[in-house]
Amino acid sequence: MDFNQPADQNLFDRATVVGKPHARVDGVLKVTGKAPYAYERHDVVAGQLYGYPVGAAIAKGRITGIDASAARSAPGVRGVVTTLEIEPLGIWDYNVARLFGGDVVEHYQQAIAVVVAESFEQARAAAALLEVSYDRDKVDVDLEAGWERVRGTGEPSTLVGDVDAAFQSAAVTLDEIYHTPSHTHAMMEPHASIVDWSDGDQMTVWTSSQMIEWNRQALATNFGIDPDRIRVESPFIGGGFGGKLWLRADAVLAAIGSRAVGAPVKMALPRPFMINNTTHRSATIQRIRLAADADGKLTAIDHEAASHTLPGGRGENATAQTPFFYAAANRRVIHHLVEMHLPEASDMRAPGETSGLMALEIAMDEMAEKLGMDPVEFRIRNDTQVNPSDPAIPFSERHYVECLREGANRFGWSDRNTTPGGRREGMWLIGHGVAGAYRGHLNLKSGARATLSNGRLVIETDMTDIGTGSYTILTQTAAETMGLPMGRVEVRLGNSAWPVSSGSGGQFGASSSTAGVYAACVALREKIGERLGLQNPEFRDGNVIGNGEVTPLSEIAGEFSAEDSMNFGEFQSKDYLMATFGAHFVEVGVHVATGETRVRRMLAVCDAGRILNPITARSQVIGGMVMGTGGALSEELAVDLEHGFFANHDLASYEVAVHADIPHQEVIFLDTLDNVATPLKSKGVGELGLCGVAAAIANAAYNATGIRVRQYPLTLDRMIDQLPEV
Amino acid sequence: MSPPIRFEMRRRTFLVGSASAIVAANIPWRANAQPTSLVGPDNSTVTLVVNGEARGLAIDNRTTLLDALREHLHLTGTKKGCDHGQCGACTVSVNGERINSCLSLAVMHEGDEVTTIEGLGTPQQLDPMQQAFVDHDGFQCGYCTPGQICSAKAVLQEIRDNVPSHVTRDLTATIEASDEEIRERMSGNICRCGAYANILEAIHQASGAQV
Repeated sequence: MDFNQPADQNLFDRATVVGKPHARVDGVLKVTGKAPYAYERHDVVAGQLYGYPVGAAIAKGRITGIDASAARSAPGVRGVVTTLEIEPLGIWDYNVARLFGGDVVEHYQQAIAVVVAESFEQARAAAALLEVSYDRDKVDVDLEAGWERVRGTGEPSTLVGDVDAAFQSAAVTLDEIYHTPSHTHAMMEPHASIVDWSDGDQMTVWTSSQMIEWNRQALATNFGIDPDRIRVESPFIGGGFGGKLWLRADAVLAAIGSRAVGAPVKMALPRPFMINNTTHRSATIQRIRLAADADGKLTAIDHEAASHTLPGGRGENATAQTPFFYAAANRRVIHHLVEMHLPEASDMRAPGETSGLMALEIAMDEMAEKLGMDPVEFRIRNDTQVNPSDPAIPFSERHYVECLREGANRFGWSDRNTTPGGRREGMWLIGHGVAGAYRGHLNLKSGARATLSNGRLVIETDMTDIGTGSYTILTQTAAETMGLPMGRVEVRLGNSAWPVSSGSGGQFGASSSTAGVYAACVALREKIGERLGLQNPEFRDGNVIGNGEVTPLSEIAGEFSAEDSMNFGEFQSKDYLMATFGAHFVEVGVHVATGETRVRRMLAVCDAGRILNPITARSQVIGGMVMGTGGALSEELAVDLEHGFFANHDLASYEVAVHADIPHQEVIFLDTLDNVATPLKSKGVGELGLCGVAAAIANAAYNATGIRVRQYPLTLDRMIDQLPEV
Repeated sequence: MSPPIRFEMRRRTFLVGSASAIVAANIPWRANAQPTSLVGPDNSTVTLVVNGEARGLAIDNRTTLLDALREHLHLTGTKKGCDHGQCGACTVSVNGERINSCLSLAVMHEGDEVTTIEGLGTPQQLDPMQQAFVDHDGFQCGYCTPGQICSAKAVLQEIRDNVPSHVTRDLTATIEASDEEIRERMSGNICRCGAYANILEAIHQASGAQV
């Protein structure tokens, strides 16, 4: 099915299932421990052996030798494969560093060997016996130094009007520099795979991947084999956040191990290995300049940012939102990539906007204060309904102003503290902050197969559910389209034997894959109509209705199967700008003696098209608010500048938010409809929930203390010397 | 958060443990009935009472209780998130107290009663805490969920037993299952999907249902 123009009124506007709060259909499996994750598939193939990875102990250089003799003769060991024994593997489009093979080391803990043994304990012990010698290169992994080299150079990605003239004539200007640190996904389930490539022919991979087809294509590229020889399964994924978009070393090493010993091999990346072996969100340094007239209308926005990457990579483009979010006649945007040999910088939840809004939304707060304006009103004054860098292009839907007004109203913004440092309750300084949220939206082609037999519907697609609720919203979509109760619909996900979907990432999964399931169900309806000789029959209450007859679907003999994809037309990006919007409101307390910041309450208002299921959508948003709290207050990958790696590579020293850090949270969905997005008129919400959260907390901390911190995370040491006398 | 220290309970557990060790040493079958290859400097036999059922294992001494459950008994509901006591995904109950099963070797648990998520309820008959997690969407990806549920059950028991926590202000008063107490006691169980607010609601529901 082609989606080549905005949707008209359709069945989703009369929905009885889509858009309603249904409990997660896979919830019972998850609370009873019955949902099978990758490393747990004891049932899928007999004789599984255990693989254990070995990583490079240098950031850059060459391996001059690996002595694996002790490991090979260790108890239970069935095989050892070192990177020196393997030709460099191919590198797929979106991977940057090579996953295995050859003597070159590009980053710390790049995989250099796999040990296969009969037990996990034996494999782990033998892996520690490898003797590796290196020819180590010196590395420069100092982003601050890189920023000083690149700032003021290069061609802007967006250049509108005359920025310098606008600054000269502005009534009020701001010019500040902001720092965001590197972040790691830290999903709870480590990267894990079981691979059976015993015979060197067909490869079967049970893994934990957000993107089944990309995983399969990447495996084919790595090993130089036809993708048709590879089958990938990933029905349950223990979190991804972008860290499982790309093929990683677990599947590659398990495949090599399996090929080497002629048996299936399972491997999970050990937690302390994950942070340097896999990908992360790059740190950023951002200079933001704003110019406004005396009425608070922005006249110029100048955003220059830098992030780090391995040579040839993408880094973290913190300017992603800046061409689009606020009105201003003059604009200059540039993002510099600073190449260095830290581990691979890549995508993490809302790549670009997360870091960008951490800075831009503090800058907006600072500017509002300079103008003497309410920061909510300042943002409203600079709203735009068109792409401000290309005013002929309208936003498909944009309700940012409503997000701000509704949030202010529900939060009690008018009762906020208006004097920074001016409200104290005992030992706590109380402050309130707001920040805007922006996240671009796109759709990817998405397919599915729908099969009806004895009145039961089965949906098969390689779409994944990474905790986002795909099983549930796809069940709802199919039930709505076929007029069946949800209990008669079974959704099967995460298998490369089934039609290729959008997969899960970039907050495109929900809107793309529900549209794909809709397309497959419409194709199925047409098949059933043809069989019964009906023109445009209606599907309702378990029946197909046409020509004055009501036929229960359960009474149609035989099996009907139809497959289709939703293809999204060019008009979406040519004629419109699609994005999602939100506003975050936060109250914090900052301890007057220690500088400890505690979040006391949080509110988010989201504008993301039709909300397909308010329960799972709300969970996504509160989850984003939790991740944003970590980003504001504690999350930071610490760089060892001498050796070029992240020193705090575990869950004790990389501090994500825990129960005690999270207060009452409130989420409001405007439940707008976006005709341009899909027939269901929905957009993504999972990444939007993270955008702007950290800045709202930082602004609240400023409001509480009068201390402006422009470097995340807002740890005690960044405030304590400026706090008032106890 | 480490499980709270329960002096009375610990002493009793210790005495029971010592007594059973002496009894076991006098039973001749234990030493002789196993194939010699499975018992030696690297391997041992151990009997765990898992979800009410005695399960004999001959295993590597280095095998954690977590891997004994997941890899040997195929009880994969208990999760491995970090394998060194930092995330809480492997939380199970041993003799009525919650522990991180990744920080404990299986051979240390001769005769111990281990309750895992599989021992709480089934898809057909959920434990009230499991039902509460479904009702309040107390998870997303589901990977930390069994650990959260096992911890949550233990938290309510610890509060009923009046075991104080870091946030307990009055050590002589009856401890209430307040938001603050629950959040503090659950903080050893990380949920990266960020379902904390929903988990709190679920625990309150289960608390009201007298789990």
